[in-house]
Order: sequence, then structure tokens, then C-alpha cells
Amino acid sequence: MVHLSLEELYKEVILDHYRAPRNKGRLDPHDVALERNNPLCGDEIELFLKFNGDDVEGIAFEGKGCSIALASTSMMTEKIKGLNAKDASALAESIKRMMTGDEEGDPKALGDLVSLKGVVKYPVRIKCALLGWNTFLEALEESGKNA
Amino acid sequence: MTLDPLVVRKDFPIFETESHGKPLVYLDSAATSQKPRQVIDRIVHFYEAENANVHRGVYELSEIATAAYEGAREAAGRYIGARNSRSIIFTRGTTESINLVRYTWAKENVKEGDEILVTEMEHHSNLIPWQMHIADSGAVLKHLPIGDDHKLRMDLLGEYITDRTKLVALPLMSNVLGTINPVREVADAAHAVGARVLVDAAQAAPHIVFDVNELDADFLAYSSHKMCGPTGAGVLYGREDLLEAMPPFHGGGEMIREVWADRATYNEIPYKFEAGTMNIAQAVGMGAAIEYLEALGRDAIREHEIELTTYALERIGAAGATIYGPKDVNERGGVVSFNLDEVHPHDMATIVDQEGVCIRAGHHCAQPLMRKLGVAATARASFYIYNTKEDVDALIDALEKSKEWFI
Repeated sequence: MVHLSLEELYKEVILDHYRAPRNKGRLDPHDVALERNNPLCGDEIELFLKFNGDDVEGIAFEGKGCSIALASTSMMTEKIKGLNAKDASALAESIKRMMTGDEEGDPKALGDLVSLKGVVKYPVRIKCALLGWNTFLEALEESGKNA
Repeated sequence: MTLDPLVVRKDFPIFETESHGKPLVYLDSAATSQKPRQVIDRIVHFYEAENANVHRGVYELSEIATAAYEGAREAAGRYIGARNSRSIIFTRGTTESINLVRYTWAKENVKEGDEILVTEMEHHSNLIPWQMHIADSGAVLKHLPIGDDHKLRMDLLGEYITDRTKLVALPLMSNVLGTINPVREVADAAHAVGARVLVDAAQAAPHIVFDVNELDADFLAYSSHKMCGPTGAGVLYGREDLLEAMPPFHGGGEMIREVWADRATYNEIPYKFEAGTMNIAQAVGMGAAIEYLEALGRDAIREHEIELTTYALERIGAAGATIYGPKDVNERGGVVSFNLDEVHPHDMATIVDQEGVCIRAGHHCAQPLMRKLGVAATARASFYIYNTKEDVDALIDALEKSKEWFI
């Protein structure tokens, strides 16, 4: 039996983003809107993206979800806004590798996102943490900016 | 006969284990039940002393295995009041039973323009097969609504059953709401227009006492694993005359009578529907589970669950939760779905798990029903013969802890 501590999962920064999500709401006008759900639990996220050239100029989300799903998506929007599509995509892939335990994650580069590392110890919650990120990667694909 | 859960618990080895260093509080029997020593031992005994293929060997061991397998079939028929075990087909479980009806009876009897009526409270297992069938056949799928009381809108039944209705498929008990449906009343209306009735009894079979003849069901499906038996076994009951007229399901060994290079004749029922080597040990284990439940007394099981559900509804309600399903415990089984405003069900399930409490969070394989209820997910606590009021208390204590995280 592995001893798990809830403090590792529900870090203060996660609870903060859950209580007061950043960039929550519709974004109009937008270039891409994509809705995806977590088939395990039915949680849904709709993500809106607005580009300026290759830069993600605007990003916002709507949706229902658990604290991990919403906080992760909220942190994502903060971090991605202003990045160019290529860097944003690389960041999303890096977060996914961190969640599967394949990558340590550089605290300096990730900032608040490091708090998501606690989720790795709760395998059933990894899908929650990645819902926003996977939706972002798909939306990027759809926008054609990821080429 | 009354049921003492503290005595019953001693039959279940799993309660000797701990979860996160705490006593195991298992409140997810609607997903799958725990297994008593009697069932586990029966399966071990089969493999150690009786194992052979059935209906094939002429030697003694094969006869013993066949007797065990057919004994289980008799138990499975007796459990639901079937008059003849020829009506009992072994399957992998409820899902396969329903798919069997789709690929055999429905294929021949539900065609373009015909209607299938299900309800708004279906588990996906009694919905997706019919969605697939209408895509193949051009038939039409309709959903009998539920009301604000989370019961079927029986007042609309006359509108939803038409001369085109060929099949009415519904659950005897909802896996989310706990609602026990008036199946006989639905069956009477269906039969009046010549439609057939398929009853999904996956949730009902472990908990409530019923009889296929009193329900007037044409088909009825249930699973072993939700009622103390192993996974991989279940039953399709079908009216004998319907089964006789139906084409086979899978082709292969055992389901045939005589085979030529280019054609075959088929075995008698129920063997016509049991191709290949079946899950023999699992069926035998299911038979042992039935004997175990019969020994406890099925009325006593229901009485125990009513008492526990009453207590749970009261305490979960007092904790400030929104509870789904009928208010009257006599109209519902031991399944309580609920939500707290402060805590998302997924977070709740993770936090109460730390206290050793197992509950389900999610859509419970009933996404259309979730949409109807206006939620993405709910938490669900479900009870069985080994649960006590102390288990409910442990849930409530853990719920209070989960709230503290999100104040």
C-alpha cells in the first residue's frame, strides 16, 4: 500500500485556480472553439483560441469539471497566452510527459504548473489534469497553426 | 428471517483487508459486489475436483462437470421464477444477453419503420445495442421520459407505445436513481400492441424479489457479478417459443446438431445459443452465489436494504446533498446518487477513498440520464448485504472531510 497525502494533490495553488479560474468564459471573436469531455466522468471543457499570426493571442474556456480538471485548464490558459503555437505545443507535450512520469518537469520553466506533479500519484486523476491540455493540442491541430 | 450484516461480513474475505490503512467501507456494489467464501470455494473446488468440458465427454469427470453446469442453470432459472431451464441461456453478462437479443430476435423482427421504446434512465448496455440496431435496420428509437420525481412518466406510455412498437426495453431498477419501475404495467401496454418486452434486471437481481411470469417479460437479462458471483457469467431468459423461433447467435461447436461441409442444423434451446466452450466455472460460481442469497433469504435482503437506504437518505440529505431518485424507499433500491454543491464528485471520491470509503463518481454509464438531470457527474453510494449503518456513518464523516478542502 502506498501512502498518499491529499496535500500533494490539492496544493494551495490548485485550489486557488479552482476557486478563481483564470480566463473562464467564452472568447468572442475566436478562431477555434473545441469541446471535449472526459469519457470516464463526463466532465466537459470548451476551449476558445484566437491567433495573431502564429501567436496565441487569446485563450479562454468554459466547462464543468473537478478541481484538478478546472485548475489545470486555468493554469494552462495563463501560461499559454502570448506563446507562439510551436512553443505552446511543446509545453503541452512536456506536461503530458510529466503526467506519465516520463519527464521530471523543470520547475523554473513550468512555474505554477509544477503543482500538477502531485496528480501523477493518483493515476485515475491524470485524465482530469490532461483534459484541457489534450483539448488545446486538438484545437491547435484544427487551427492548422501546429504545422 | 432477518439479516445481520455483521454475521454476513464474516463470509467475505475482502473485509479482512484494509484500504489506506483504514477498514474497508465498500459502497460500490452497484458496480460489482464482493464475493463470499462460499462462492470462491465453489469455483476452486470445480477446478480442483470437477474440471472437464461439458456436454462432450462420456467419462465420469465430464458428467460431473456437466451436472455442475446444468445445476447452475436450474438455479439461475429458479432465481427469477422461470418455469423451465430451457429458457435460460448462459452469457458473459447482461450486456452480452441484450446484444444476443439484438443480433437474433431483433434482426428478424424489428425492421425499417418499426419502433423500439427504451426509457430515459437506461444504462448504456440497454441503449447502445438499440442505437446500433436502428442504424442497421432503419427502425426508430424512442425514449419514455422520466418526471421530476425521477420515475417513469407512465401517463405518457400510451403515447409512446404505438402500433409500430416492436420492442420495449427497460430496466427493472435504475443503476443511478435506484428507481424500481412498474414493469408489469409497461409489459401489459406493450403486449396489447403485440410488442415484446426485454427487462434489464442487472441492478434488480441482487436486491429485489421478482418473477419473470408476474412481470410478463419476454426477455430478461441479469449478471452474476453484481450478486456475489464471479465476473464472466450472466443469463438471458427468453420465452421458450421465442427462443425456438430465433436464429442462433454465435456459430461454432456445441450449438449444432449436425454439420455438413456447407451447412448445419442447430441444437435445441438453450444450447443453440451457447457456441464454443462456455465460462463453465463462472456459471457454477453463479449457481453457488444464488444458493448463498437464497440461504440468506431474499426478502430479508430487501428488508435490510430498505432499512439501510432509509438511514442513508436521511444522513446524506442532512449533509446538505442533492439526492436523485424517488423519495419513497419502497420505490427504490439500495443505490443513492447525490451531489454536494461544494465538492465535485470526482474530488469527493478521491478524498473519501483516503478514509477507506469506496464510492463511485461519474456518469455511471448513463450519459443521457445525466444530461436530463442537468449534471456531468454524480457521486453514488450503493449498499448490499454486508453493509452496516456504521458504513453510512463513515461515508458521512468522510464527506465532511471532503468539504473542508473546498471551503
